[in-house]
Amino acid sequence: MNEMGGGSTDIKLIDEKGIRLDGRRVDQLRPIKIEAGVLKNADGSAYVEWGKNKVLAAVYGPREDHPRHIQDPTRAVVEVIYNMCSFSVEERVRPGPGRRSVEISKVIADAFRNVIFTEQFPRAKIDVYIEILQANAGTRCAGVVAASVALADAGVPMMDLVPACAAGKANNQLILDLAKEEDNVGQADLPTAIVPKTGEIVLLQLDGHLTPDEFDRCLQMSMNACMQIYELQKDALRRRYATSANDVVETEEAKQ
Amino acid sequence: MSDVVSHIMKDQIYKLAARGMREDGRPFDKMRPMSIETNIIGPAEGSARVRLGDTDVFVGVKVELGTPFQDRPTEGVLMTGAELRPIAHADFETGPPQPPAVEISRVIDRGIRESQMIDLSKLCITPKEKVYMVFVDIEPLDYFGNIFDAGSAGAVAALKTAKVPAKRHGFGEDFPMPVRAHPVSVTFAKIGKHVMVDPTLREELVSDARLTIVTDEKGDVRAMQKGLSGSFSYAEIKECLLLATKLGKDIRAIKIG
Repeated sequence: MNEMGGGSTDIKLIDEKGIRLDGRRVDQLRPIKIEAGVLKNADGSAYVEWGKNKVLAAVYGPREDHPRHIQDPTRAVVEVIYNMCSFSVEERVRPGPGRRSVEISKVIADAFRNVIFTEQFPRAKIDVYIEILQANAGTRCAGVVAASVALADAGVPMMDLVPACAAGKANNQLILDLAKEEDNVGQADLPTAIVPKTGEIVLLQLDGHLTPDEFDRCLQMSMNACMQIYELQKDALRRRYATSANDVVETEEAKQ
Repeated sequence: MSDVVSHIMKDQIYKLAARGMREDGRPFDKMRPMSIETNIIGPAEGSARVRLGDTDVFVGVKVELGTPFQDRPTEGVLMTGAELRPIAHADFETGPPQPPAVEISRVIDRGIRESQMIDLSKLCITPKEKVYMVFVDIEPLDYFGNIFDAGSAGAVAALKTAKVPAKRHGFGEDFPMPVRAHPVSVTFAKIGKHVMVDPTLREELVSDARLTIVTDEKGDVRAMQKGLSGSFSYAEIKECLLLATKLGKDIRAIKIG
């Protein structure tokens, strides 16, 4: 039995030059694509492709919360439902909320509750649905990234967008943004979500084995990556609303 | 857990915190006294009762036969569950575990699993076919806050003293649970700007954020979880980690009664 958290480390994940199986450097993110406003029914939505992860988030609300007795007379209730589609991984996922999904939904809702200005919507509810269409490690972070763009797309007032990213350890090296092959045999995984404006950490989980010094470096690495992702989130929103702004200009021009 | 906390009490806890004090007179960096008893339930393969201040938790370990997970054909199975049953607090209800209970069990499970406390390879009987399954069940009886640390200490103590009932299943003599680490969970609450360890029930009810840190004998981190809607700064997390390691040593040294 080896010392590691995740299982065998026989597989070589990082070569002598510090290049990983998918060609990334140890501190490099997978390619991330974010698109805002991809669904018609939802009040806000976003699609995120993060390496081989494909994640969709939709926001409904603020809308009336019912039954009435569960309303909060002082603020909006925020509920997040994280769901892995049955076909999202190699072996079929049994539909319905398992313990893992329940926990992830909870920590994501906890991350957003104080970022959203919920006190502006007493008695209301804001539902955030995160569907993992294709999973390849790092889905909760991709879910947070998608959800915060969807919330912004829905016009929900927030303190800031919330980027998220994980750092961890595999092959005895600290690496950013673990992919599936790395996570499977990894020694630690530290998903983190921050509020860039204040530097507050609103989501933090760790499993694995890190010395205090390694933990510190991982946390810095994931926080730095969050700032990169923050730019991609803002860019997605700019693209979405630049187009609609152009539409407005075009119709105005057509009128004249 | 009910969010209804009287404003007077909330005020009081905030005011105390601003002066560096707490409702039970402890400094921010001190745990309530913890006592641990083991081998208290006959039919269980391992059991423990932990008192952390007024919080009182029972933990039972049962070991049964089962099939291994497909991706771990030569390892036994560890499952940790927690329930918040109505006996422990007026706000707890019957029914399947709700998200707070699921979070508790998953965080405690993570500490045990990630510290590699149990050598699961020693719980394999026939690869791919037959292994021992270890069920750890956490039952709070009297809830006065910080079930994470009380439950975790109970789970660790119950596992450390558990035996594997090989004889009952016809696989030779019983043997002690293959334990090789002693993880310790330490939980912090953040109230306003103040971070304090081992929150009482009232402190829990008014706290903005929670941070649980599990460390091992070497002082390495094995699991961590931020809870509730508030946040922690980078500096606060580093401070908590230092204290968790220090307090972890004290908890590890508690004599099991």
